[in-house]
Amino acid sequence: MTKMTYREAVRAGLREALQNDPQVFLMGEDVGRYGGSYACSKGFLDEFGPERIRDTPLSENSFMGAGIGAALGGMRPIVEIMTVNFSLLALDQVVNNAAALRHMSGGQVSVPLVVRMATGGGRQLAAQHSHSLEGWYAHVPGIKVVAPATIADARTMLGLALREPDPVFIFEHAMLYPQEGEFDETTPPSGLEGAAIRRPGRDVTLVTYGGSLGKCLAAAETLAPTGVACEVIDLRSLRPLDMDTVLQSVAKTHRAVIVDEGWRTGSLAGEISAQIMERGFYDLDAPVARVCSVEVPIPYAKHLEDAALPQPERIVSTIQELLASHD
Amino acid sequence: MVIPKCAARPDCTREHGLELLYQMIRIRRFEEKCAELYSRGKIRGFLHLYIGEEGVAVGALAALDEDDAIVATYREHGQALVRGIPAGEIMAEMYGKANGCSRGRGGSMHLFDARRRFFGGNAIVGGGLPMAVGLALADKLQKRERATVCIFGDGAVAEGAFHESLNLAALWKLPVLFLCENNLYAMGTAIERHQSQTDIAQKGANYGIPAEAVDGMDVLAVEQVSRLALDGVRSGAGPFLLEARTYRFRAHSMYDAELYRSKDEVEQWKRRDPIAFLTARLREAHQLSDGELAALESRVAAEIDEAVAVAEGGPWEPLADLTKDVYTPQSTVGAGITQATRASRNAVSQPQVTP
Repeated sequence: MTKMTYREAVRAGLREALQNDPQVFLMGEDVGRYGGSYACSKGFLDEFGPERIRDTPLSENSFMGAGIGAALGGMRPIVEIMTVNFSLLALDQVVNNAAALRHMSGGQVSVPLVVRMATGGGRQLAAQHSHSLEGWYAHVPGIKVVAPATIADARTMLGLALREPDPVFIFEHAMLYPQEGEFDETTPPSGLEGAAIRRPGRDVTLVTYGGSLGKCLAAAETLAPTGVACEVIDLRSLRPLDMDTVLQSVAKTHRAVIVDEGWRTGSLAGEISAQIMERGFYDLDAPVARVCSVEVPIPYAKHLEDAALPQPERIVSTIQELLASHD
Repeated sequence: MVIPKCAARPDCTREHGLELLYQMIRIRRFEEKCAELYSRGKIRGFLHLYIGEEGVAVGALAALDEDDAIVATYREHGQALVRGIPAGEIMAEMYGKANGCSRGRGGSMHLFDARRRFFGGNAIVGGGLPMAVGLALADKLQKRERATVCIFGDGAVAEGAFHESLNLAALWKLPVLFLCENNLYAMGTAIERHQSQTDIAQKGANYGIPAEAVDGMDVLAVEQVSRLALDGVRSGAGPFLLEARTYRFRAHSMYDAELYRSKDEVEQWKRRDPIAFLTARLREAHQLSDGELAALESRVAAEIDEAVAVAEGGPWEPLADLTKDVYTPQSTVGAGITQATRASRNAVSQPQVTP
């Protein structure tokens, strides 16, 4: 077992990828001399050189597209978009090229591209720097979307993503980078897809991912002494969704709460809720509940931001209401 | 043996001049047939004709090598034909048939042929430029001496992607020939109404990119300057911006009532028809007889008849395959990182689909 931070885990995964395959290169804003805005590529410029650690201009759309083109040309690019907020400038290349090229060309090409970006709020960065838009990405067929929530996934998901022949988007919640945990090098990594049960329980299923996993585990811990056993599911992959794991859990607990930092309307939580309804309706003892971000641009002031984002207290009260009204 | 020179340009043979003429006539007749088939309901969706602009595709692509890459726009039938995608596969694609070059998934705007390094068929204005930069980056990183030609219209010059891509390609000295087909209109908006600087070639200077403007109605001139530009691009000098000044004789698409330009203007430009221009020069020099021209036309007519037959006779993609190729089949994925990347690389160099 090795103790490391999420940041160190991401860095170790990147380093391993660069060491393993000469076709792999990293490209993005400040990945080189600065060492990465979250320090995930610190020291890489010296170790791997400027050909493979490429600082880019602030041109998200064109270096996303350049990643797609380089993938078509036989390279194995890793594109780092500093945060999901800036990725909006690159959405054309994501949706119209990365996701569409294979199908639109009749299966002639694959786009083996990996894109990493930080996501999420919680650091008082206000409306333009606190987005959780991974649900938008998960809407698009042709790409895969994953959200490592644990140290082990932060360490191994990049390597797994590089085995995929199609574009994979990795969303790293910015609040997770300083978190510490254990990584067992001897345990083989789980697959890129497939949800994981992070805490077993019999009374209610909490479905979550990324930065909200810790909040769900905290809520479960709070409720445990009251005799409520929460089963916490970490989706890990947002596209494709592992609904089988979710439905098996709901069949056991008969209740589901979905915790998603995206805004409620049109959210991933809405999609999961619909699928539970479609496939698990008769297993439910209560309506599916959702804990999402309040529908406001995320505000700066700490008390307002805290109130806008999902918090363990809100998860706890949602579960309690669910149990009280449909006991 | 003295090889007869092409009358229009001393450094090219008569045979080559005739080949350029033949390619331009192929595009013209193919598209005339497309327009007819569109009105008969055989081709649907958007159809953007290249008629009038043939000299640009034929001239520029004549300067390309087999392993150079092409990134084109939604007005790309001409480039696809010249690049060697069989006319039948292109026509079948227009019909939406499974034997089309993109298996009927792309249509007129998304012609693809990975074997011929023809990477679309891109229908978001400016969307192809970043991808071309990436293809060139892959070549540079793998130390391959080849070029990527990125074709776009004057409308794309207003997009951020144009400026970002020129900057990136120049910054990293990438082998890209940026070829702007300036037909003076961004759909229906005249260049004077969408550009503060209408001299597009001038824009190269902002990025330290050498640039040139050429008469796009003169196929020989386009070829000549493309060759010079590509020599520099392939030698590692970095990108080149070539502006070909041209004009589309037909409407923007089949839905366009052409309210934004006068018939008079169109007629003026038709007097500079690239096909008529080269034909006249070859005939003046007694290098093209009536009989030769007729033979050439009937060769083209036969090819187009055959293309229509291929499209008419082609199968429809079974509905069961609707979601095929959204993702790459897992069977092509190896067990390890290296194997997997090799598999996906092979998917590019040896396409799995041979329509």
